[in-house]
Amino acid sequence: MTKKQKKTGLVFFPAFDWAISPTHPEREERLLYTQDQVIEEGLLDADNIVEFKPGLATTEDINRIHICVPDAMHVVTESHLISAGGAITAADKVLKREVDNAFALVRPPGHHAMRVVHGARGFCNVNIEAIMIEYIRKVYGPKRVAVVDTDCHHGDGTQDIYWHDPNTLFISIHQDGRTLYPGSGFHDEFGGPNALGMTVNIPLPPQTSDRGFLYVLDQVILPILDEFKPDLIINSAGQDNHYTDPITNMRFSAQGYATLNDRLSPDIAVLEGGYSIEKALPYVNVGIILAMAGMDYSHVKEPDYDPLSLRESDEILRKIERDAAEIFRMWKKRDTLKAKLVGDAQYIRRRKSIFYDTDGISEQQEETVRVCEDCGGLVTIDSMADTGVRIFAVIVPGQSCPACRQAGEDVFEKTGKGKYHQVFFQDRDRDIFITK
Amino acid sequence: MILGIDVGGTHTDAVLIDHGGIKRKAKVSTDAENLVHSLLNVTGVLLGDENPEKLERVVLSTTISTNAIVQRKTDRVGMVLASGPGVHPSQLTLEKDVHFISGYVNHRGMEVSKVDEAEVMQIKKYFKADGIENVGIVGKFSTRNPRQELKIMDFLKDDLTQMSLGHRMSGHLNFPRRIATTYLNAAVSKLYGRFVQEVLTFVRHQGISVPIYILKADGGTFDITQSLEFPVQTILSGPAASIMGILAMSRCREDAIALDIGGTTTDIAIFADGVPLLEAFGVRIDEHKTLIRGLRTKSIGLGGDSCVRFDNEKLTIGPDREGPAAAFGGQCPTPTDAMIVLGLTRIGDREKAVAAIMQIAEKMHSPIEETAKRIFDQACQTIVSQIKRVIEEINNQPVYTIHEMLDGKKLNPKTLHVVGGPAEPMAPYLGQLLDCPVFIPEHAEVANAIGAALARTTAELTILADTEQKMLTIAEDGYQTAIPSHFGREDAIRIGREKLREKAIKMGAAEEDIEMEVIENQEFNMIKQFYTTGKNIRVKLQVKPGLISGFKAGAFR
Repeated sequence: MTKKQKKTGLVFFPAFDWAISPTHPEREERLLYTQDQVIEEGLLDADNIVEFKPGLATTEDINRIHICVPDAMHVVTESHLISAGGAITAADKVLKREVDNAFALVRPPGHHAMRVVHGARGFCNVNIEAIMIEYIRKVYGPKRVAVVDTDCHHGDGTQDIYWHDPNTLFISIHQDGRTLYPGSGFHDEFGGPNALGMTVNIPLPPQTSDRGFLYVLDQVILPILDEFKPDLIINSAGQDNHYTDPITNMRFSAQGYATLNDRLSPDIAVLEGGYSIEKALPYVNVGIILAMAGMDYSHVKEPDYDPLSLRESDEILRKIERDAAEIFRMWKKRDTLKAKLVGDAQYIRRRKSIFYDTDGISEQQEETVRVCEDCGGLVTIDSMADTGVRIFAVIVPGQSCPACRQAGEDVFEKTGKGKYHQVFFQDRDRDIFITK
Repeated sequence: MILGIDVGGTHTDAVLIDHGGIKRKAKVSTDAENLVHSLLNVTGVLLGDENPEKLERVVLSTTISTNAIVQRKTDRVGMVLASGPGVHPSQLTLEKDVHFISGYVNHRGMEVSKVDEAEVMQIKKYFKADGIENVGIVGKFSTRNPRQELKIMDFLKDDLTQMSLGHRMSGHLNFPRRIATTYLNAAVSKLYGRFVQEVLTFVRHQGISVPIYILKADGGTFDITQSLEFPVQTILSGPAASIMGILAMSRCREDAIALDIGGTTTDIAIFADGVPLLEAFGVRIDEHKTLIRGLRTKSIGLGGDSCVRFDNEKLTIGPDREGPAAAFGGQCPTPTDAMIVLGLTRIGDREKAVAAIMQIAEKMHSPIEETAKRIFDQACQTIVSQIKRVIEEINNQPVYTIHEMLDGKKLNPKTLHVVGGPAEPMAPYLGQLLDCPVFIPEHAEVANAIGAALARTTAELTILADTEQKMLTIAEDGYQTAIPSHFGREDAIRIGREKLREKAIKMGAAEEDIEMEVIENQEFNMIKQFYTTGKNIRVKLQVKPGLISGFKAGAFR
């Protein structure tokens, strides 16, 4: 195999002294065997693979994208600051062109963390990719970013955060939400009125194998990316689609993951879930690193890998093909769909019930967006958690138009604390975050 | 009384040390063709009429393995590799005579695929037919479970063949480095064996019957007979000797910088709380990245005799050396010549130095004083910027726990120690640039021999205890034993201390010098489907580099 090698940065932070709880899947040794395999394979000695120490994310980095209740330092621990900081370090190295691409092998993960954070859900407190993306935009200027979430669970947090953003394309492939947490991520979740088609969900049936995954990659994801023309591609690199994962039902392999990364060619990959820590992660991570570095990954195989016995039935593949065609048709028609959906409404409202499974908190949310042709639109959120806390947030989007900003400032001005514990104002362009 | 000898590339240094300090020192030219001859020579000079019976130990630092590797005068080695899945074998840097075989042990030390006897026997035939007598056997993850390597050895064994096994070389992971280390060990084994025989014959001849030690790359010593299995550990003992020499003379206990400024290169080493830092994975020799424990040194191509040039409006120093400084009859202007012009040192022929620096001054259109000053300044600035880089690299080393990330020690050197020819003229300015006090040890010209003489025996040991498999492994010692399911981290440390003590004593350590420390100590729960099924315990202990007790090398000026 003669291929161009790439210089790949690796931010490795296994947090060997942190767990959600002693027997929780998100625990100390999650990356232990991965580290063993990476070191034993000698990957850190390769001239084109460089390891970097993660930095620490700051409160400002979190407040740029989240509304944390009551504040950022109450919802995170040091480990979250390091894992978000690790993603930021990876981004810095790529954006400064010290490396061609980078992989942040950090934990804990973040893709279930939504815009408003009352607590932890799906092992996530804050969204490390979103924190990284807004850091990139703040430091390196506006960017069109595509996030391809290959975790087995729907990346509902990232979806929520970028629902209204026309400059961020979010594509998630995951096990069908009817069969797995968090139970969302269907075709019709397609983005808000100002960003229709910028959220693309590709649920896959249980037992989908390399063949099915690579089919949707080639037939849906890559063509959409071609059309979107992102400045940066981020892979939310969850590894729980693996055939040995204890909490999911898919049949993806190390070869599959490596091939996917080879073809997707992400600028930055950030580790998400994946809990088959002995049988999958060591091989999957070595495969991804080799693929990103443009090195030969054809020998990376789980000791018991048998592609034929893992392959999904032809019947399942047919279903995947039909769904893929349907999703791609929707994407192509996104502009007509938008006209139909919005009509002449000036504001569009959605109600959400959010359950924080890790912390056992329920939240009721009403989110209103200003329909806008010129930017992502002003967003206001009225959120009440069963902890008794109710907050109101005014969010002026990145690259906002003057009208949305003015409207946002007016709303914040006239919203008194009254029934709310806190009222937040977030303005991404000016990097302003105010609480009253 | 201790006899310390460093057989370097150019010079062989020797010192005789007793409890009061340095008694005698000597320096002779090294006879590259006959290292034993150099030894004989210097020992004769040094011992004179001393009674050899008063000697307590003899320590040698030798370049024999290093030279053989660098000059590619090593033996042919047949390699047998069980590489399993992972990085493609084509990505490994390999010499010829390599055979890949089936067999694979995974990261937990479990046998995943078996070794095929017929396949190994076929290779044995090739080796016989080709007259290959040195064999290296390496398996991926063999440090987690050495049984497959041992099995392959059993198949290949015969009277003629010398075998080096991967798991014996180091307890650290890194398959490509394990291959390189095992290969080099096998490649210098016979040559080194002959050297040891000659040394032993020679010392017996001299009526010396005390233990003979050899210096290793990590600045520790081991008994000469123990060194026979691990000749590769003796590479790069020269820089290690120099660092241990500085330690012996400075007795520093704080974070410090050690500099050895030579003719061609300057070596930078770092002490943390007075202990020389080791390379994270292992030393590099030539193109080979190895697992050999070694002191962390950075060598830069700038020394007293580096060639100074002014081309394209740019002043460059080194990295090449074209013979000695102009003041000593060399062809090129050098930093040494600049220092002579500036009056910082009174060596050599001043007129020749002035003439050489004048050539540069003319090209630069600047007065000779100013030119010399610029050369001197640039040489010092270059060294200082490299020192700062080394410190930054050390402080930016990745860590893997939140505790280390938030509370990790930051290196902050408080003193600078300089040896080497240009130490006197350069040290004050270097100290000024680094803003720290400077020390030039006495007897610096025989620092290497002093370092060898006073270095203690070092050793390392890696324990993997897996209570799910109920097995404890110390792979580098080929030791495996059953453990109960309630086995814990404290048990592992206790066993580790016992085994490390045994190992150190076997390697020649004196009881009072076995200062052990735990350098890795981790315990992980292994969980299947939310139930704890066992513990994965990883413990690493070492006797760190340091000095033997009861002797000293003299005081500072």
